[in-house]
Amino acid sequence: MNDQYTGPGGRNGNGRSLPLVRESRENLSFSVNREVFVSREIFEREQRAVFDRCWVYVGHASEVRNPGDYKTRHIAGRPVIFCRDRDGQVRGLINACRHRGSIVCREREGNARNFYCMYHGWTYNTDGTLRNVPGEESYPASFDKSAMGLMGVPRFESYKDFYFANFNRDADDLETYLAGAKAYIDLVVEQSPSGRMEIISGVQEYDIKANWKLLVENSVDDYHLVATHATWLNYMRNSGVNMTPPKGSGLLLPTKGLGKDLGNGHLTTDNPNYRGRPVARWISVYGEDAKADIDAIKAELVARLGEARAARIADTNRNLAIFPNLVINDGSSVTVRNFTPVGPDLMHVTAWALGPVEETEAQRARRLHAFLTFYGPGGFATPDDVAALENAQAGYASWREVPWNDLSRGMGKNDEQTNTDEEHLRVFWRRWSELMEARA
Amino acid sequence: MNKPLDEAATISRAEVEDFLFREADLLDNWRLDDWLGLMTDDAAYYVPPNDKPDGDHRFTLFTIADDIVRLRERVIRLKDPNCHAEYPPSRTRRLITNVRITGVEGDTIAIAANFVVYRYRRGEPVREFVGHYRHKLRRIGGVLKIAERRATLDAHELGAMGSVSFIL
Repeated sequence: MNDQYTGPGGRNGNGRSLPLVRESRENLSFSVNREVFVSREIFEREQRAVFDRCWVYVGHASEVRNPGDYKTRHIAGRPVIFCRDRDGQVRGLINACRHRGSIVCREREGNARNFYCMYHGWTYNTDGTLRNVPGEESYPASFDKSAMGLMGVPRFESYKDFYFANFNRDADDLETYLAGAKAYIDLVVEQSPSGRMEIISGVQEYDIKANWKLLVENSVDDYHLVATHATWLNYMRNSGVNMTPPKGSGLLLPTKGLGKDLGNGHLTTDNPNYRGRPVARWISVYGEDAKADIDAIKAELVARLGEARAARIADTNRNLAIFPNLVINDGSSVTVRNFTPVGPDLMHVTAWALGPVEETEAQRARRLHAFLTFYGPGGFATPDDVAALENAQAGYASWREVPWNDLSRGMGKNDEQTNTDEEHLRVFWRRWSELMEARA
Repeated sequence: MNKPLDEAATISRAEVEDFLFREADLLDNWRLDDWLGLMTDDAAYYVPPNDKPDGDHRFTLFTIADDIVRLRERVIRLKDPNCHAEYPPSRTRRLITNVRITGVEGDTIAIAANFVVYRYRRGEPVREFVGHYRHKLRRIGGVLKIAERRATLDAHELGAMGSVSFIL
């Protein structure tokens, strides 16, 4: 199909015939139709074809450590209570009264003995069962209280303390779905001597006025680092970290990383570290005082897991994207970042810091300090990512005249696909396109 | 004339107000190097997360938790045209009210104030940042300086405020 704008009449002059994603292995081209970032109709379709069919992140077990602990969230557009019931089981309950629909838990978080609906006073146990109905005797004999508990999300499963929901009852189990992403979650979890990571108190919740798919791309796209994050690179240099690519290497960054396909639309970067890691690679930003402590963390890894595995964890940074909307960045700190589309041009982002439960006060403070240098709405990098995404979204107002994003970087190369190529971005788009086409 | 033994104890609310208004003026005019001059050599700047406004930055993920080293780097970044989130720089206007001296301990003066910061960018609706300051001031060689600067937002989440890419 012709790339050029072919005149008035909308949709590139071709009615609805343009594909959403267009790949030619022959011509080594890969393009994404910019309509996918602006169309209300595609947004609605995507809610059903993607978010109602895939496993979507709900929360981490450490957030509901004690019986009765709960967090209220929005998962794939639904209000959900993520909680641990009084018997200790972690649950995903739909936060809507079975009577007339009001949400039954209105607070962000807390510890509950029960969930009380303020509208008519129905009360539910933390496992969702209906406990009390005021004036129960007025209901007909057919009213079955035992069948009127809070609905659970249709499917609710976890992998290594990360809990996911699926609104498609017939979906594959979570572990099958996660495919190659499991091995990369393992690399995160094994940083804790006991295998227990925890979400650290304090959440960053902010909007980006851009399509959610742009944040998937941005989270794993290392090509943008030099231009978008010039001031962060400058800060690192000022702090004595070498940010210069080796002479004659052709690299944009100090080390050559890879972009990898993990199956089912999941993908990751896999980069030899140059920017420091709390577990466990010292850089000058941490200060001389931290050197011995970081060495001790590394020694614990080696003793527990052996040299090779310890190096695999401590000497590589990995930005992992779990299809469709969860990112775990394991680099200068570990961030768990979940983002929810609200409209074609708006997403809510929720970001947490993750760390080993065993960390000392000094280690925890170092991890959080490192987190904030790069990540988050007050970091030295994330605000510029937000600007980049919002600038792109602004550009897409011209989608009829300039219909294609180019994602061909790295195509046709004989050697490995690097982190600054775009093969791993294409992995996302192929899966997204496949789900959207299957539905059409 | 006898110098008071405790300089801090003699401070008036009017003096604190003048100081905060001057600081606001420097920030709204992007005179960031002059603004840095108001900081002590061990100053810290905090914006706690919206869900844990009383949190401690050593155990809690903040929006901003700068020591003086990173604060100086933040100013370098903000003056750089490659600070894309603030290029061209936002226009801001801050209103500071309800100023109080909440405590004096040794040479440290704890103050509280309410703020509204309006942030304008071309082609965008205004973003309003509403909250309160809890600062610690110190008099060094007779000059009032900021030793700790804590800006807490009232909103339940940053939401439509987006980034805190300028000095709040």
